[in-house]
Amino acid sequence: MSTHVASVEHRFGPFGGQYVPETLMPALAELEQAWIEARLDPGYREQLDGLLRDYVGRSTPLYLAERLSEVAGRTIYLKREDLNHTGAHKINNALGQALLARRMGKTRIIAETGAGQHGVASATACALLGLECIVYMGEEDIRRQKPNVERMELLGARVAPVTAGARTLKEAVSEAIRDWVTNVGDTHYIIGSAVGPAPYPSIVRDLQRLIGDEARAQVLEREGRLPDRVIACVGGGSNAIGMFAGFQHDEDVALIGVEAAGEGLESGRHGAPLTVGGRPGVLHGSLSLIMQDEEGQVTEAHSVSAGLDYPGSGPEHAWLRESGRATYVAVGDHDALRAFRTVAQLEGIIPALEPSHALHYVLTEPTDSTLDVVCLSGRGDKDLAEVIAQLRELEGPDALHRRDHPGAGA
Amino acid sequence: MSTTTTNAGAERIAAAFREHGRRAALMPYLMAGFPDDATARAIGQAYADGGADLVELGVPFSDPLADGPVIHEAGTRALAAGSTVDAVLRQCEALAPRVPVVLMCYAQLVLARGADAFARQLADAGGSGLIVPDLPMEEAAALLPACEEHGIALVPLVAPTTPDERLGRIGAEARGFLYTVSVVGTTGERAALADQFGSIVARAKAATDVPVALGFGIATPEQARQAADAGADGVIVGSRLVREAGEAADPAAAVRAVVRGLADGLEH
Repeated sequence: MSTHVASVEHRFGPFGGQYVPETLMPALAELEQAWIEARLDPGYREQLDGLLRDYVGRSTPLYLAERLSEVAGRTIYLKREDLNHTGAHKINNALGQALLARRMGKTRIIAETGAGQHGVASATACALLGLECIVYMGEEDIRRQKPNVERMELLGARVAPVTAGARTLKEAVSEAIRDWVTNVGDTHYIIGSAVGPAPYPSIVRDLQRLIGDEARAQVLEREGRLPDRVIACVGGGSNAIGMFAGFQHDEDVALIGVEAAGEGLESGRHGAPLTVGGRPGVLHGSLSLIMQDEEGQVTEAHSVSAGLDYPGSGPEHAWLRESGRATYVAVGDHDALRAFRTVAQLEGIIPALEPSHALHYVLTEPTDSTLDVVCLSGRGDKDLAEVIAQLRELEGPDALHRRDHPGAGA
Repeated sequence: MSTTTTNAGAERIAAAFREHGRRAALMPYLMAGFPDDATARAIGQAYADGGADLVELGVPFSDPLADGPVIHEAGTRALAAGSTVDAVLRQCEALAPRVPVVLMCYAQLVLARGADAFARQLADAGGSGLIVPDLPMEEAAALLPACEEHGIALVPLVAPTTPDERLGRIGAEARGFLYTVSVVGTTGERAALADQFGSIVARAKAATDVPVALGFGIATPEQARQAADAGADGVIVGSRLVREAGEAADPAAAVRAVVRGLADGLEH
């Protein structure tokens, strides 16, 4: 909460906008006004900052990962968003928006979730603040992320299965928007990433930029200098935009977003619209870079990680890419699975599958950098069953016992 | 086919609203390519046979945010059956000689072709109007002049949530007609909502000089009559007909009967 500008961006370069049914336009205007007032209101900020400190456990540590550093041959710090209450960065945004919804007099919250982390964060914030909560989730993701489904239900939320299309995050967002169109009077939609119509991408970035602001101050304190690179995984892109926002004006710091290459960029089965580039398109209310066929139909994304399985990304990321400020790369399913295991074995940290993509990139891609900061956006408990099954399928029954990384010792 | 007659689409739409011979014009919605291309074409002809004054031709899209489950499912099936924008335009071309066709297409598909190319190709296919349900006036800056140039009426939507001042601005920009959404929600059949029609239609009519057509939720001859009673110049019926097209053994015959019933409901 360190930016105080008088208005909210609707566009990032040519990207962004408000491509929604007319029914929602007044709600977006109401939300924008409420946000402009809330972020300047000491009462709102004190309440949010207090919860972030005492309930979420912020600030999160910036951890010097010595064994990863040794393997990579340079200094690697991990921004430990996995240590937040509920296990990921998503809680920063969910709490901020739930508090905002309550200020606006909304009693009903809807949210969408892919990996389940945003759903759990929203359900948690709603339990804390006494708000009704409905979470839309694709049936395929319900299958992949069962522990998080149970968590949401225990927290009092209703998980609404979505059966359309590939039954993953894209369809869950579409269904949540349709619910919002129908119940816009008493309902706030907590969008979980830096996507959607304006003002959502700005609100989410503002609520997540504490990741980057904290990391910047922490690395300066520890190293006396800024990092050469900051790296974060990108699905919709909220942890990345939060991290990047803290360093955006430090021109010597490279910003690198890591998307899901899935089964390979050439296969078409991936979640890497920023890496691939291509035509801008409209998905879920904003113009950004999206995966689409020649007709313009939005195509299905694929990733082993439910949180990166999304055919679009936030409009500010599209602009960071087009303006050259940030670089986007992609890492495939198998490499992410192995990085998951490597980081567990080298650091005693089980990372979520999403940042495992970024961690693979940092551990393997040649670079001149001597100092990296990586956003460890969430912890991997939710992914354990899926990762173990996939690793065994990939490498056989002994997959968990393999020590094939350079830091493994004898 | 000539595409450069300015206002050609708006004039044809205006004539359809003027000369329907009933209490209000009837505009059934048709999901192009559903359940398959040939059947959808037959359904379009059946609409005209049954008494449609205009046809709203929907382009199937992967993420139709303004639509409820019936139309969403129909779009998904049309895409699975291989429907394309070009195929929809050919269907438009086949139907347009009989009734004015207003295309309903999500913003992404319009922008993917480019606003100018899309408007030109729609005009070439004989289309009269274009509805883009996720393109509010703030985002229509590029499309409006393209439609004007090619004689396509860009039809805006207003909703019950639209404030008066905004309603006035949208009404002033409306071409062809003002698509007035009767409910807060997505498309779909609803049991009872006619008590709201009066105030919704009156608000819309006060905001514009073009005809006011009421849509979303209207499914029965009685509801169509209630919309006309409320002063609507046109009535749009979608999900009821799409459901019929999906369920009936002989879709064309079945929708013809439904359209005729709706038309009868609008007789004096």
